Amino acid sequence: MYKLKATILKDIQILTRDKVGLIIMFAMPIILAIVITATQNSTFDLVNKNKVPLLLCNKDTGTASKQLIIAIEKIGMFEIKNVVPNHSEKQIANRMHEKDALIAIIIPQNFSTKINAKANATAAKALNNFGLDSEPTKILVDSSLQPISLLYHPVLQLSFRQSINGALQSALQMVQSKQVLKSLYFSLNEKELPDTLEKEIINNQVAINEIPISRDGSKTIPNATQHNIPAWTIFAMFFVVISLGSSVVREKLNGSFIRLKTLPTNYLVALLSKQLTYLIVTLLQAVVIFAIGMYLFPYLGLPKLNLPSDILGLFIVSFICGWCAVSFAICIGVFAQTQEQANGVGAVSIVLMAAIGGLLVPSFAMPASFQSIIKLSPLHWCLEAYYGLFLEAGKLKDIVLNILPLIGITIFIQLITLYGLKKKNLI
Amino acid sequence: MSQAAVSIKNLAFKHQAQENYCLHNLHLEIKLGDRFGLFGPNGAGKTTLINCMTGLLKYQQGSIQLCGVDVKNKPKEINKIFGFVPQDFSFYQELTPIENLAFFGAWSGMKKSDIKNKTTQLLEILGLTDVANKQVQKFSGGMKRRVNLAIGVIHTPKILFLDEPTVGVDIHSRQAIISYLKTLNESGTTLVYTSHQLNEAEELCNNIALIDNGQILANDTIKNLLAKHNQQGLEELFITLTGKSYRD
Repeated sequence: MYKLKATILKDIQILTRDKVGLIIMFAMPIILAIVITATQNSTFDLVNKNKVPLLLCNKDTGTASKQLIIAIEKIGMFEIKNVVPNHSEKQIANRMHEKDALIAIIIPQNFSTKINAKANATAAKALNNFGLDSEPTKILVDSSLQPISLLYHPVLQLSFRQSINGALQSALQMVQSKQVLKSLYFSLNEKELPDTLEKEIINNQVAINEIPISRDGSKTIPNATQHNIPAWTIFAMFFVVISLGSSVVREKLNGSFIRLKTLPTNYLVALLSKQLTYLIVTLLQAVVIFAIGMYLFPYLGLPKLNLPSDILGLFIVSFICGWCAVSFAICIGVFAQTQEQANGVGAVSIVLMAAIGGLLVPSFAMPASFQSIIKLSPLHWCLEAYYGLFLEAGKLKDIVLNILPLIGITIFIQLITLYGLKKKNLI
Repeated sequence: MSQAAVSIKNLAFKHQAQENYCLHNLHLEIKLGDRFGLFGPNGAGKTTLINCMTGLLKYQQGSIQLCGVDVKNKPKEINKIFGFVPQDFSFYQELTPIENLAFFGAWSGMKKSDIKNKTTQLLEILGLTDVANKQVQKFSGGMKRRVNLAIGVIHTPKILFLDEPTVGVDIHSRQAIISYLKTLNESGTTLVYTSHQLNEAEELCNNIALIDNGQILANDTIKNLLAKHNQQGLEELFITLTGKSYRD
């Protein structure tokens, strides 16, 4: 036992004197967590709170285009900047290149006339179907609609563009529906649709209630912090490969290992000491990053991290994640011939495992061919276990099926390490 | 008949990737209490032989016994018998001498109190007390050699293997090391020593062996060897037995 204590003390002394290693293990993931959360949070705010600048060029003079503009305003996503109607598409594009706005809408001439014509045609068709009198042939000739142009800056991402497109389609649909309704009402009653009835029919839309499904029945909507902090904590834990993998290689390459082999103590004691020391490091990383999410994030204007109710479960998941990360780092250190190899292979493999594990892109968004590979990444199981606690408000029993594969992968890594140690005559 | 500190019979060793044996048909006996020097040109097999004696290399044929214990069959037992001062600095550069001695002392199986006492004593003898709490990486080559030696002897071994312990050190450090090794030998530790410094052999060793091409060419007291080969000094004897060609 004294040998193990002395070895742990030695490892702690070496670790605390490795300033670069400490920065990589603690500062880097903290910076990542803050930057990524802030970025994702601002994207959320952009859509939900801030407004996207939009250039609007209305070449139409009718009421339908005015109604469309009102509908666009009601979406609440856009800060509308009107452009004089005689602006050409090229002039509008130039303004966008100057970053005046990321998107622009051009409503074509006679838009209202054609919307009305189309609405009348639709209404007439409906009335004909009901067996009522109408003049469909005359109306159908004028029903061809020139499309509304949506110009966008190439920096605008596809998902964001699709979101804007969807909102505009919704506004356009509302204007068209309103015109059809007016036309139908006029055909049936031979008078204009009353404003009160129009508002009642148009505005009486069914609301959509977003309800997160949590295991404890709470309805707190998860924010960017709840998503990012667990992910970057796992990333940080696995990044001990840089410090620990190098430490194992350094010990193998420098003379100290030669002397250790001539002493009456098994090298497994050294590896056990490294596992325990770095396991404590990974738990400290988790504590520090969680604390930053809880106490520092609100000061930075970011959402606060809410810890799960099952703190014991959180500790156990963090412990097993840390154990897996440390086992992986030692395995890399045992097989690597040089520190450069350990650092390079270690870092690249962590990024790869993070990518296929769903830390960078959600695993549900990955192609079907990737779905079985995902399960090979220990980071995937770590993330699933953390999400079970942080996002689903689950208990330890709810995430057992995520922890068991993680333990299995960890034991497998340990066995490979033992094989490497035997093969390289290190034990 | 007194027990031998080291007894080597018909030893043969080759590295896995090599066809030829580095050591072959090698016999050697070193008495308990000896100050034994192993000399030879570069690539002669000195370090390989030391590594076989310490169990770091697994030999293919023959046997090596340290104080009657077989090196191959009882590796953990022999590790308690000897101390080793490798040619390279074999310690943690990030630690201080005290921290290095505490760690290697524990791995040698010593108690905490014994480590503490022996550390104080060794640091004093080897002139390291003033730098006892400074990281070794900031030390000069001579100071690092002394730390290397202190770690090798902390558990007071019966046999001490030293692979070129004075290489690259100044005269003061060399004197301190040689002087301490003599004191250690007087207290009962057998020294098995390799070096290129033939003057050190005359100063320190009572028995020497010349090794070349993996075989022992001569093994006796310095006086007997010089008389037998009719030479005035060790350098002439060395050249006579190993030739003048370069080896590296």
